[in-house]
Amino acid sequence: MTSNDDSRANGEESMKTAKAQVAKASGKVSPSSLADVAANRLQSQTANTVGSTGLEARSIHAWFGKKHVLEDISLDFYTGTVTALIGPSGCGKSTFIRILNRMHEFIPTASLAGEVFLDGKDVYEPGVDVTKIRLRIGMVFQKPNPFPSMTIKENVLSGLKLAQLKMNNQEELLESCLRRAGLWDEVKDRLDEYGGALSGGQQQRLCIARSLAVNPQVLLMDEPCSALDPGSTLRIEETIRELSSSMSIVIVTHNMQQAARVSDYTGFFLSDGGPGRLVEVGSTSQIFSNPKEQRTEDYVSGRFG
Amino acid sequence: MTQVISQVSPQKPWRPKLKNLLPEVLGALFTAVSTLLIVAVTPLKGKLGFAIVLIIMSIVVSSLVSGIRRDKKAALNSTTTVLVYIASAFVIIPLFSILYEIFRLGIGGLSFGIFTKDMSLTSSDSPLTEGGLLHALIGTLYVVVLASILSTPVGILASLYIVEVKGRFAGLVRFFIQAMSGIPSIVAGLFIYAIWMINMGNSYNAVAGAGALAILMIPTVARTSEEVLKLIPPDLREAGLALGATQWRTVAMIIIPAAKSGLVTAVILGIARVAGETAPLLLTIGGADAINLNPFSGNSSAMPYYVWKNYSLGNPESISRAWLGVLVLMIVVFIFFSLARFFGRSKGVKK
Repeated sequence: MTSNDDSRANGEESMKTAKAQVAKASGKVSPSSLADVAANRLQSQTANTVGSTGLEARSIHAWFGKKHVLEDISLDFYTGTVTALIGPSGCGKSTFIRILNRMHEFIPTASLAGEVFLDGKDVYEPGVDVTKIRLRIGMVFQKPNPFPSMTIKENVLSGLKLAQLKMNNQEELLESCLRRAGLWDEVKDRLDEYGGALSGGQQQRLCIARSLAVNPQVLLMDEPCSALDPGSTLRIEETIRELSSSMSIVIVTHNMQQAARVSDYTGFFLSDGGPGRLVEVGSTSQIFSNPKEQRTEDYVSGRFG
Repeated sequence: MTQVISQVSPQKPWRPKLKNLLPEVLGALFTAVSTLLIVAVTPLKGKLGFAIVLIIMSIVVSSLVSGIRRDKKAALNSTTTVLVYIASAFVIIPLFSILYEIFRLGIGGLSFGIFTKDMSLTSSDSPLTEGGLLHALIGTLYVVVLASILSTPVGILASLYIVEVKGRFAGLVRFFIQAMSGIPSIVAGLFIYAIWMINMGNSYNAVAGAGALAILMIPTVARTSEEVLKLIPPDLREAGLALGATQWRTVAMIIIPAAKSGLVTAVILGIARVAGETAPLLLTIGGADAINLNPFSGNSSAMPYYVWKNYSLGNPESISRAWLGVLVLMIVVFIFFSLARFFGRSKGVKK
């Protein structure tokens, strides 16, 4: 598979938009232009931004061994919104989102303080079924990781099989997940091929489709586009926008334009050698146009980091 | 779109031209001729003398040719290249020599009849057309298959404990598996002999032989599986767990299918380790000349046992039978490998 089969009309069109938007975005990066992007984004999404608090993090601290990596992070994530977490590498953004769906505990040296509430219930309470938590809080990783021994179809439905959930209307679910992930038109004729045969961007959308199949309330995305070309990135951003109406999405990104384009709220993490802290959180347009903290302004305008 | 017609043809410009190869060809010729001369003139005689002189001359000549044409670095490169080729030859020559000898000495007795008869009604000095080795073949199949059935789950589960569960005793288990791979095969035989026969009062049978072989097979299967499982990218595990799967479901549905071909290789290597073992079988299966279809009771034979017995009988027919046994054992192991490779092919896994 050398070409990524984007040559179909639909794909071509999106590539054009992608190129146009990238050309626009990769022009001069000044805070005002990012703020414009964010403002446009917010206008188009105002209908969705009102939602209930689905997921809340309360004074989260995290350690690896004796190293304190996160200090006192409290954040609310509203249903129907996208929250972007930005900040330089190593400031604990990924650790933070891994705490939200209890993936943090797989690192042997990890420890934690604080609470994470999902619909008002603490996910770290003893006796809580971890697998149920992870079913409700899906995750998309930095590197596309489709299961190599499964076909595209099996990959999408794997979440249900792994969690031993009942499956009604397999075909319907398969199509709706792939459609929501923006992949259906590209793979509808090759559902029985192996996931590894797809291009990187398609693989990542396959992973998104896989997360959607178990119908999560929250979708955590850990730099989902960092390994992808601009065209695939734009496709995934479109996907994120479409999905955000029905769930709460948390996206970690190093790409300011991306944060400005897709998110309703932005949190800025920073570590000054010590543990990572949440410097500022607010609506995306406010963070990019009128940040309260000098450090936020310096970061979003590209003066450091 | 306009088609551009041009006269460009695919080429490999990095390949040396014939003209540039001349020094190498001359060098090789010179090496061969000078070796022949040296062997003819000096007291170095025979194949061994020829081989030694050839090795020394090829190192010297190739280094000199490169050194004169280029520089010191090229000369050193040529020296190491020749050394590497010689080392590979040293590995390959004995292998092919063994295969050649087995075929040369064993092929004479090969006929359809040997796969249908046993030795119960044939004396050891009767011609090879009489009797056969079906009893040994059946014995080997029983012993190897039972040993695989015993050791594959234990070996793979042990490797899963080390790599996936990462339990508190993972290091200890790994240490003991490594120690176990150093067990001499006769000790494994004696262990089963002491426990199964002396302590528990059983007599010789194929299951006892399988037990002894399983002891030898487990460390090979476990260590190879461990290496294979370590190669599975950790993000696949995380992806499974993040989808709300339990660890067991992740291992069973994602890790094992992804590692399937490697795990099959682990079992193959285990079989290769034990298929030719003779010493533990001497103490456990007892040996027989007749077919014994019951692996749980009564003496049985096995291919290595058949070879050992016939070779120790010493008459020309028996020694021919021994070589025939070696040939058949080799073919059986080859068929085992091919089948396992065929069924263990992994689908769709691309690197």
